[in-house]
Amino acid sequence: MREYRPHAQGAARPALAIRELTVDFQRRSGLLRTVDKVSLDVWPKEIVGVIGESGSGKTMTALSAMRLLPHGAKIGGAIALGGRDLVNIGESEMRALRGDRIALIPQDAMQSLNPTMRVGRQVGEPYEFHRKQSYGAIWSKVVELLRAVKIADPETRVRDYPHQFSGGMQQRAMIAMGLALDPELIIADEPTTALDVTVQARILKLLRDIRDERGSAILFITHELGIVAELCDWVYVMKDGKVVEDGPVKRIFEAPKADYTRMLLEATPSIHRRKGAKR
Amino acid sequence: MSEPVVRIENVSKVFRQGGLFNRAPGFKAVSNVSLSVAKNRTLGIVGESGSGKSTLLRMVLRLIQPSEGRILVNGAEIWSLRGGELKAMRRQVQPIFQNPASSFNPRQTIRAILAAPLEVHGIGSAAERRERITTLLRRVGLDPAIENRLPHQLSGGQKQRIAIARAVILGPSVVLADEPTSALDVSVQAQVLKLFADIKYDFGLTTIFVSHNLAVIREVSDEVAVMRRGEVVEQGEADRIFEDPQHDYTRELLAAVPSPAFMASA
Repeated sequence: MREYRPHAQGAARPALAIRELTVDFQRRSGLLRTVDKVSLDVWPKEIVGVIGESGSGKTMTALSAMRLLPHGAKIGGAIALGGRDLVNIGESEMRALRGDRIALIPQDAMQSLNPTMRVGRQVGEPYEFHRKQSYGAIWSKVVELLRAVKIADPETRVRDYPHQFSGGMQQRAMIAMGLALDPELIIADEPTTALDVTVQARILKLLRDIRDERGSAILFITHELGIVAELCDWVYVMKDGKVVEDGPVKRIFEAPKADYTRMLLEATPSIHRRKGAKR
Repeated sequence: MSEPVVRIENVSKVFRQGGLFNRAPGFKAVSNVSLSVAKNRTLGIVGESGSGKSTLLRMVLRLIQPSEGRILVNGAEIWSLRGGELKAMRRQVQPIFQNPASSFNPRQTIRAILAAPLEVHGIGSAAERRERITTLLRRVGLDPAIENRLPHQLSGGQKQRIAIARAVILGPSVVLADEPTSALDVSVQAQVLKLFADIKYDFGLTTIFVSHNLAVIREVSDEVAVMRRGEVVEQGEADRIFEDPQHDYTRELLAAVPSPAFMASA
């Protein structure tokens, strides 16, 4: 029986549809399969979580949709963004989509920002690259974007360099860059892993607001069950390159079907209860 | 109540800022902290980055000297100890660090890593040391054959098991752990925390456990101290802190931990 998926109702097609995706790497020992026939949908306005431990293939799945896999990766299966094939198109076509219709928020904002460029210039790059707008026009839009991601005093901050931003602000700047052209899909790869919990809570709220106000679909990659529970509508659980189960978040937590999901739930410590680790 | 095993009295640490000629006021990483840990108890210290939790732990390890205040382990002020007394104290207080990859000399075998503390303290003959290493490897759930491997050949979880073994090989009374599981996957973390709890019980250890992860702190601690910007804002029994937090910052921290209402009843 198919589980009820509210975001799929009344929508013509998913914002992102992945079918039988495989990602292989050629190793001396043979072919290494990191993603093994993964099928996954993200419906419009839906926040979908992909949870897994290291080596589960969750990041490779996300990078496949951005076509940003490491050199030497061989991709199989189908990926469609709003019905448009992403696997067989050329790099220049893909580049036209990246940042415009599909955006990535990476794990480590500090490593993703250019330390020698002002934040404003970087956040404005999607306009510069995709819309070829003048600096004057871009500047005011960037200020608006920084305001949208709740950076205080954006008129001044837009001239800062990345090192003048705190970790949370850097991640907000990356989110602002992702939002610039109102993409239909935002892929967030563990965007809060490096942040303190109080900062993380604010970033998660920001992502929810973005979905509510702008209607972007979000694919959220994480290893933390708590984040999935709080943020996502639907969740895919990955292990060893495969999806072991998927379903609505509440059902996954309350009645997990796969043994692996049950083990993950059991292994995750909680602030609400204590388990028998102590004697 | 008996004398606490670790006693931290009004400890502060100021790091000097600026160069030789432009003296800045200095950064107060730890500010007037007083804590104590009774025998066989675990004190969890929780805080966000920059809260001073690791600096405090390093002072108890005698790696950083406090600017003010005293730290007593088993009744002795650790900075007044010299020579044999200092060596004896070092044997009593052992660390487990955060990053398993950088905790070991990459060119030493596991056997050499575990034998080093025994050699430094001149314990046992070569055969006895071997025997002790083998027994301890089994106790931390590893195949003794692992002793011939190098650190990079082990997984993160295996390395933290070795770190636990190294910490207890001298039979210490106090083990200080700084985020020992933050680099591990949750399934591995659960196993390492279980091992830590078992070892703590078997060896009768008194422990201080530092982490930014509130859920982990709840699981391992008897008492909890919440730190922010170098100060302890709240301390008390773990259950009380988590179920009835008094300080606004503790409440803010707990509210920020992602987990929805439906997990609370689980």
